[in-house]
Amino acid sequence: MTFFKKLKEKITGTNETVTEKFKDGLSKTRNSFTSKVNDLVARFREVDEEFFEELEELLLQADVGVETVMELVDQLRWEVQRKNIKNTEGIQSVISEKLVEIYKAGEELDTELNMQDDLTVILMVGVNGVGKTTTIGKLAARLKEEGKTVMLAAGDTFRAGAIDQLVVWGDRVGVEVIRQSEGSDPAAVMYDAIRAAKSRKVDVLICDTAGRLQNKVNLMNELEKVHRVIGKEIEGAPHEVLLALDATTGQNALIQAQTFKEATNVTGIVLTKLDGTAKGGIVLAIRNKLKIPVKFVGLGEGMDDLQPFDPEKYVYGLFAEGLEKEAE
Amino acid sequence: MAFEGLAQRLQGTLQKIKGKGKISEADVKEMMREVRFALIEADVNLKVVKEFVKTVSERAVGQDVMKSLTPGQQVVKIVKDELTNLMGGEQNPIQFARKSPTVIMMVGLQGAGKTTTTGKLATVLRKRHNKKPLLVAADVYRPAAIQQLETLGKQLTMPVFSLGTDVSPVEIARQAIAEAEKEHHDVVIIDTAGRLHVDENLMQELKDIRELSKPDEVFLVVDAMTGQDAVNVAKSFDEAIGITGVVLTKLDGDTRGGAALSIRSVTQKPIKFVGMGEKMDALEPFHPERMASRILGMGDVMSLIEKAQENVDEEKAKELEQKFRTQTFTLDDFLDQLQQVKKMGPLDEILKMMPGMNKIKGLENAQVDESQMGRVEAVIRSMTIAERTTPEIINANRRKRIAKGSGTSIQEVNRLLKQFEDMKKMVKQMTNMQQKGKKKMKMPGFDSLFR
Repeated sequence: MTFFKKLKEKITGTNETVTEKFKDGLSKTRNSFTSKVNDLVARFREVDEEFFEELEELLLQADVGVETVMELVDQLRWEVQRKNIKNTEGIQSVISEKLVEIYKAGEELDTELNMQDDLTVILMVGVNGVGKTTTIGKLAARLKEEGKTVMLAAGDTFRAGAIDQLVVWGDRVGVEVIRQSEGSDPAAVMYDAIRAAKSRKVDVLICDTAGRLQNKVNLMNELEKVHRVIGKEIEGAPHEVLLALDATTGQNALIQAQTFKEATNVTGIVLTKLDGTAKGGIVLAIRNKLKIPVKFVGLGEGMDDLQPFDPEKYVYGLFAEGLEKEAE
Repeated sequence: MAFEGLAQRLQGTLQKIKGKGKISEADVKEMMREVRFALIEADVNLKVVKEFVKTVSERAVGQDVMKSLTPGQQVVKIVKDELTNLMGGEQNPIQFARKSPTVIMMVGLQGAGKTTTTGKLATVLRKRHNKKPLLVAADVYRPAAIQQLETLGKQLTMPVFSLGTDVSPVEIARQAIAEAEKEHHDVVIIDTAGRLHVDENLMQELKDIRELSKPDEVFLVVDAMTGQDAVNVAKSFDEAIGITGVVLTKLDGDTRGGAALSIRSVTQKPIKFVGMGEKMDALEPFHPERMASRILGMGDVMSLIEKAQENVDEEKAKELEQKFRTQTFTLDDFLDQLQQVKKMGPLDEILKMMPGMNKIKGLENAQVDESQMGRVEAVIRSMTIAERTTPEIINANRRKRIAKGSGTSIQEVNRLLKQFEDMKKMVKQMTNMQQKGKKKMKMPGFDSLFR
């Protein structure tokens, strides 16, 4: 309870609307994780083995993955024993506390983008259909709102219509898009774009890339080359490499994160499509194993539906209903 | 981090029951725990897993431990058979309308691959069913979705019907069907916008399109990488609009694809096609047995064999065999062999299909060096015809010239010549064996490529 109070104070004190957005995005879920936890708590008076087993299943159904779930539940068992918790009242706060703790892994979390004094280059990568281009549009709108000048590079020269899609977003947000024709070398597009960004003195250049499955060696090599070309033009660039990850993805997301990290040194994850019924629990496993933090979440199709990720809010979103009941 | 196959997972448990005559209930319980984890890691929905495990347990308890199989193999076999059964026995062809045009509706979440699949499906219909499809751009929401379909249409030289983004998708569908009747298109494929299954307004729109266009097929397009949520998605779409089949996309990735089982068991609708690549001809019929193997991490031998059959030139293979027998196999033939292997596709993909390959430590991320093949090719191509047929004449001077000509080093030329010699020796032994009625030897030199 105290945890929730602190959490709520912290959140409501800072930014009411963002929290509402989180809640809205997550509450579209009918059979949500939250209500299931509530069911669970209501059904079980005592915290016993059966309770833990059901909890395990809840987490598995949120795509957290076998290993991380086992780890988490073991820690919970220990915690419950230590605190001598006998009944399920108040177990919710222990669960969410633990989830946040696992996510943080003892580190101070930084979801801020690594912004430079002059040009900041952000590279967007990911498999097909996860929402890279849409995320770029939303991110550009966000950065522009913050007063930055933004330029986009249409690096997906492969998929039919991908360049047009980015150009539409460019028009919507009101930022320039550097493009070449379909089928041209993406590395060359990046080279052009960096030149243009330098000469126009923009603050941020966001580079789109074609979606690729992580087991396609040639395509991953191409991505490595794109990364290299950017680094050659500006030392230390790209300053951020964001991996777009679809929240509906299952255990394969872990392999995605690992492979893309090897190729392009991913600095953060954008968890997209979190407004559906999927929970994207795999980010817990990714964080746990690969230490890649989630930086943003996509909560809808509007221009302002990209929000910075905050593990406390994420968990708050999952447990919001329970919290309100407790508060009454 | 690659997932362990089920067989490997079962190793530990199996040690204990080795030598037992019958599989006891306790044994099964322990093994089913592993089966359960393997399936969850393959993204099969938990509820589906539970049901499945229950059925399999019932079948497995009390089974005689057959002599030919170890108990573990037997359990794996039961699991695999049951999985195959669940995913639907016979192949399901596309339902065509008695009276043209046949209307096919593509639905699904954002980014599942509806538009790409629309293009692929049209290709299949034209190629295998001799149809004349009309593609309909009904995604008026996502920026440039219409352009995407139009570009695909241009690539495939197939007509695309679009009315821009200001007309409602229902109206677009109505006019498209009228157009198809007028222009004598026998199939209409409607590419709808991606939408969340919880978005009531957009789901209503799909219902309206369905109501009006009376489609013969409604295909739910699902990303093979989908996790536990696949059941919710499939159920919602099925309940709202009534799907007739499923297309599983991006199966050329390394996901185990457990979503296939989840979807099948909640909707009872057949999986009709799988998307296997970005090219427009990469849409294949669904094979339940292969999918079962894949979900269990057992490799996809059938696809490999088929790929080999498709791409290896029978005539050439025969010719080669003759050469083996008479031992007149030359470097030119070696080059031919390389080309044949290359035609089967990226080598690392072929490797992944081989059972057991994904279990070899360190190999899961191994990349077969295809540039190495290119170098071998270059070396051979830098030789004269005389050198290729009688490599014995290649002396130091010639080696130097070949290395220079191919942009490689003398060492590489030496290595290739050595490999070729070894191979010839091996072939000689093999052909001797063959005379005694052993199986035909195909693709020599294959293994020398993997170091």
